Amino acid sequence: MTLAELKKSLLAAVWFMFLTFPIMVIKVNTIEKTVEWHWERLFYVAAGGFVFSFLWRYFLRRKEGGGRPAAAVEADAPEKVSPLQRLIHDRRFSLPALVLLGGFVLVFPYLFSMYQVNIMTTALIYVVTGLGLNVVVGVAGLLHLGYAAFYAVGAYTYALLNFHFGLSFWLALPIGAALGCVFAILLGLPVLRLRGDYLAIVTLGFGEIIRLVLENWNDFSFGPSGIANIPRPKFLWFDFSLEQSAVFIYFLMLALVLLTVFVTNRLKDSRIGRAWIAMREDEVACQAMGIDIARTKLSAFAMGSAWAGMAGVVFAAKTTFINPASFTLWESIVILCIVVLGGMGSILGVILGALVLILLPEYLRAFSEYRMLIFGVVMVVMMVFRPGGIVSEVRRTYQFKEGLSKDGGRS
Amino acid sequence: MEPILEIRQLCMDFGGLRAIDTLDLFIRRGEIVALIGPNGAGKTTVFNCLTGIYKPTAGEMLAHSPKTRETRRLNGLKPNQVTASGLARTFQNIRLFSNMTVLENIMIGRHCRTSAGISGAVLRNRGTREEEKRIVQDSYEVLKKIGLSRYVNDYAKNLPYGAQRRLEIARAMATDPFLLLLDEPAAGMNPQETDELNDLIIGIREEEGITIFLIEHDMKLVMSLSDRIYVVDYGKKIAEGRPDEIKHNPAVIKAYLGEEVDA
Repeated sequence: MTLAELKKSLLAAVWFMFLTFPIMVIKVNTIEKTVEWHWERLFYVAAGGFVFSFLWRYFLRRKEGGGRPAAAVEADAPEKVSPLQRLIHDRRFSLPALVLLGGFVLVFPYLFSMYQVNIMTTALIYVVTGLGLNVVVGVAGLLHLGYAAFYAVGAYTYALLNFHFGLSFWLALPIGAALGCVFAILLGLPVLRLRGDYLAIVTLGFGEIIRLVLENWNDFSFGPSGIANIPRPKFLWFDFSLEQSAVFIYFLMLALVLLTVFVTNRLKDSRIGRAWIAMREDEVACQAMGIDIARTKLSAFAMGSAWAGMAGVVFAAKTTFINPASFTLWESIVILCIVVLGGMGSILGVILGALVLILLPEYLRAFSEYRMLIFGVVMVVMMVFRPGGIVSEVRRTYQFKEGLSKDGGRS
Repeated sequence: MEPILEIRQLCMDFGGLRAIDTLDLFIRRGEIVALIGPNGAGKTTVFNCLTGIYKPTAGEMLAHSPKTRETRRLNGLKPNQVTASGLARTFQNIRLFSNMTVLENIMIGRHCRTSAGISGAVLRNRGTREEEKRIVQDSYEVLKKIGLSRYVNDYAKNLPYGAQRRLEIARAMATDPFLLLLDEPAAGMNPQETDELNDLIIGIREEEGITIFLIEHDMKLVMSLSDRIYVVDYGKKIAEGRPDEIKHNPAVIKAYLGEEVDA
């Protein structure tokens, strides 16, 4: 611990005191109409900031592997493989883990309360939307800030078709997915030439347009008051009680997650999926190698947005009430955070990201005031220490024996 | 031998700047032709016009495929259509897909010669599986030819510089071209790597029968490789001919070294 480090940490502590002064120290008592000063809290902040600054530097050094002998030994290994990654790809660990996990999710609704089941269902909806957006942002590299619009398209598809024509949930599910695709292509066509920040701005605008239309076109969408009494899904002739229905939707979402994982996983290792990744890596080179950028972009948009449409249908059926307030920009941002935090392009990462970002706030209800703060801190810490996300993407490897090809699975 | 590429009166304007000025050029089947000139002479612009990245202001670009015996006008084609019609290029500044493996980079090259779509990818029916197997196999063959097979599963970004340059060539080869456009393939290479590149390019011509059109600054490489050389300066063609003719051409010397001043 040198003097310079001590000075740095002191500075950090003072800076934190200054930053958090308004929220930590000044407290307005609205009943007595007085201002209370909690000076002692300033001390906690200072001490916390001081310690935190040391931890921060320690972990940053560790990450960069500066002067640590352990890192030097591994220097000749071409790609650093994190312990987490190694664990996932070790069959001795991953197979039993998968079985355990499968058993757990199957008995989950019978072990926990309906409240827990509902939260988990919500998380699963985000898993599906996250995996969908992962195709667009993580795999194809198209920064999309209006993804919630497609979620809204799905939800309103079911709500309106059911309201006007009494269409059942099971018919609405594929229609929602198809309309998600159609709207994605409608959005995709004018933005084919855009990339990066420009694309982000246009998609953001598109998301807002959809929301504003839903909010203001009263004759069509019933405006801000939304649509109520949307029927829950039925299964054959069974009439579910409220509780049974929640469990049913949970299993329905579970099936949808499995379908999404199956499809997106197959897409990733296909001719189309490779074209998406190549487009993300270098659009000019991708086109010069004979890939039709327009088609590839549109297919990425469409294949990503179909999932949002489907998830939207389930969302409408689960909550039985929807209005435009459920599909704000914030929703798009949360889904994007799921993808970035989980690991762009990695399916397992996105699932973990969704569970962390959706379940953590639910179980941190006690800290509800600081939820956003924690959210922000987690994002910043992740981006500094693991910019690739919780689980970063690993490409498939192939084994060759004297010219004969054999699929080698994953490294 | 009939030409497989003809450029007639090609012009490319950027606003008021004329980057290419009424350029005429042709390449015969099986030739190695070099395009040289000082920095900013418009060499890469010629490549960009040919491959559809720029739309030329005026002129004609015609490709005669020796395989299909068809003549195709390249004007107005998109880059992917140009590649599909049999012209493949590399880039001056390496543009690999860095977060994909070496093999996958090559597999991208096979994209325009294969056809599996979304339904094939999801269902993995027999046709798709067989096509996928063929893509992997063909790509590996290309890797072996270029001498990169030991890097198969490495990420492209982790390759040494010389290998990255070769990978660019391999990727272009995977598109099954009859004409390969190499934009400064030796840039940044050490003499040994340049020698290997020399052998590689000759090998591609001799064994694959692919015609080669290259832009290069390394004069030793250009002179030893090329059958014919075109020299451009300020977008204008100032000379063409065999390497020994170009070496002694006063206009070329002037363009490279500046005007001779009488003492």
